[in-house]
Amino acid sequence: MVATVARRALAGLAVVVGAVTLTFFLVRLAPGDPVERLLGPQATAAQLAAQRHALGLDRPLPAQYGSWLARFARGDWGRSIATGRPVRALLGEAVPATVELVGLSLVLSYLLGIAVGALQVTAGPRVDAALSVTTVTLFALPGYWLGLMLVMAFTYWAGWLPAFGAAGLDADVLTGWSRRIDELRHLALPLTTLTLIGVGGTARFARGAMRDVRSQPFVQTAQAKGLSPWQVTRRHVARNALIPVITLLGLSLPALFSSAVLVEAVFAWPGMGRRLVEAVQARDYPVVMAATTVSAILVVLGNLLADAGVAWIDPRVRHGTREGGP
Amino acid sequence: MKRLLRSRRAAFGAAVLALVALGAALAPLVSSGDPAGQRDIVLTRFLPPLATDGRGAFHALGTDRFGRDVWTRLVYGARVSLGVGGLAVLLSIAIGVAVGAVAGHWGGPVRTLLLGITDFALALPRVVLLLLLAALWRPNATLVIVVLGVTGWMSVARLVYGEVRSLGVRPFVEGARALGASRSRVLGRHILPNALTPVIVAAALGVGNAIMLEAGLSFLGLGVQPPTPSWGNMIASGRDTLVNAPWVATAPGVALVLVVVACTLLGDAVQDALQPVRTRP
Repeated sequence: MVATVARRALAGLAVVVGAVTLTFFLVRLAPGDPVERLLGPQATAAQLAAQRHALGLDRPLPAQYGSWLARFARGDWGRSIATGRPVRALLGEAVPATVELVGLSLVLSYLLGIAVGALQVTAGPRVDAALSVTTVTLFALPGYWLGLMLVMAFTYWAGWLPAFGAAGLDADVLTGWSRRIDELRHLALPLTTLTLIGVGGTARFARGAMRDVRSQPFVQTAQAKGLSPWQVTRRHVARNALIPVITLLGLSLPALFSSAVLVEAVFAWPGMGRRLVEAVQARDYPVVMAATTVSAILVVLGNLLADAGVAWIDPRVRHGTREGGP
Repeated sequence: MKRLLRSRRAAFGAAVLALVALGAALAPLVSSGDPAGQRDIVLTRFLPPLATDGRGAFHALGTDRFGRDVWTRLVYGARVSLGVGGLAVLLSIAIGVAVGAVAGHWGGPVRTLLLGITDFALALPRVVLLLLLAALWRPNATLVIVVLGVTGWMSVARLVYGEVRSLGVRPFVEGARALGASRSRVLGRHILPNALTPVIVAAALGVGNAIMLEAGLSFLGLGVQPPTPSWGNMIASGRDTLVNAPWVATAPGVALVLVVVACTLLGDAVQDALQPVRTRP
């Protein structure tokens, strides 16, 4: 067990280092650099060269990479070239916003998705067909477009919910409950958008996994001993179908981050995705690097947690006897 | 095949895709013919759907802020979106089949290396890669195809790898080997043709995904550039006029959802048809 965990952690570390290296060289290969944007079109060649030298951008790439890696490992993430603010402070604001949004939508879409899947395999074929149409449509919705449609309905037509940002303009003067409510109102539309898209995929997968489990002999035994359909689903089918579903949860994290980037762009949500898009466009190297590293670490951690979750649910994996099991 | 023909999902998916492809192919015939065509902006902009402008031209889906016909742009945008999505999937399938086949058929360090690269690429957040790659060159349709292709091959490689491994020990492959066929001949003539069926499913599902991602990139301004219409940049341009002209963003979005649903249903139906009968509990 310890050896497995160590091997997994090592592989995860390799993924993070690989992603960081790839990002470093890709973003440096891209045309344009932050200095041109910083000094503007009127800067002379000498001014540009001096600024590049001051930022250390004129050194050979491998040397820059080595020193960046060393400083990053020591916790010195540098300053944003575009804004001059420390990168740690910039990301320190963005990471919690994204983790809140992605984490909540992950939990909600899995709970709802598993519930819908269970309903589909337990209720009759009509309910199943109707819900299948619904989930395939949700699955096909592009997040940014669904976001725009929700903004149209709930912000412009109904006037119920704010469409942009994570807090209102008056957030600083609000206290206690009114502040919490303001935050929740801002969270509502982006969270609904991400959750609705997530439910489609999760429900489709959960339904498939539960239908596979239902054809197993122990389910027939459970039915034969007189359990109601719901008891069979809850106690026997859902529990066993959770294993592939939880594995999917870990694998779906990169995709979820991807859709979060677009949804954050639509709702001006002050998270990692928006920061990353802005930083790539401004060639703000220190921010791009730190944001990629943090998201790669989050994704790898998510995968490790999913593995741990499978081990927790499935005793065969926990005791390392899966191969010999039924 | 019979089951596929009987499936209502497959029929719906195929019908929608055929209609959209036909509309895209015959775009000049079914629309005003000029997706960038503008006339007197003040008189023709923001006309609601089913409106007729001052010169008697009919706008089934209304006009956008430049007075361009939304239906015409939608039909021409279908060319771009379907073309980009289809070609990107072809590219990712080519890469995926090559990687999966080589990793499955040749063992040793080659396999370890290729599988390592595949797992690594799978673990990266795709949009981060897309953003970086799209920033490397000036955004255009070819770049989007390449970028989507080289970031989408991993699941195909995994699929083909598994198929090639399991087919490699089947009697007919051993027979071919015993007859003295070379390794590449065994792979090309005996294993690959049998391994490609699940790839078709992955392709159908992948096209929907690719069209959605193309639209996402264009929405961020990193994909197909205006004035060339793509569904993504149409949604993006409709975003600013959501209050007074909601149809500009709604129409391409609905088209996008329809096509992705069609691809998904078709993929599901093909998959079901390929699998042995599963008794309904």
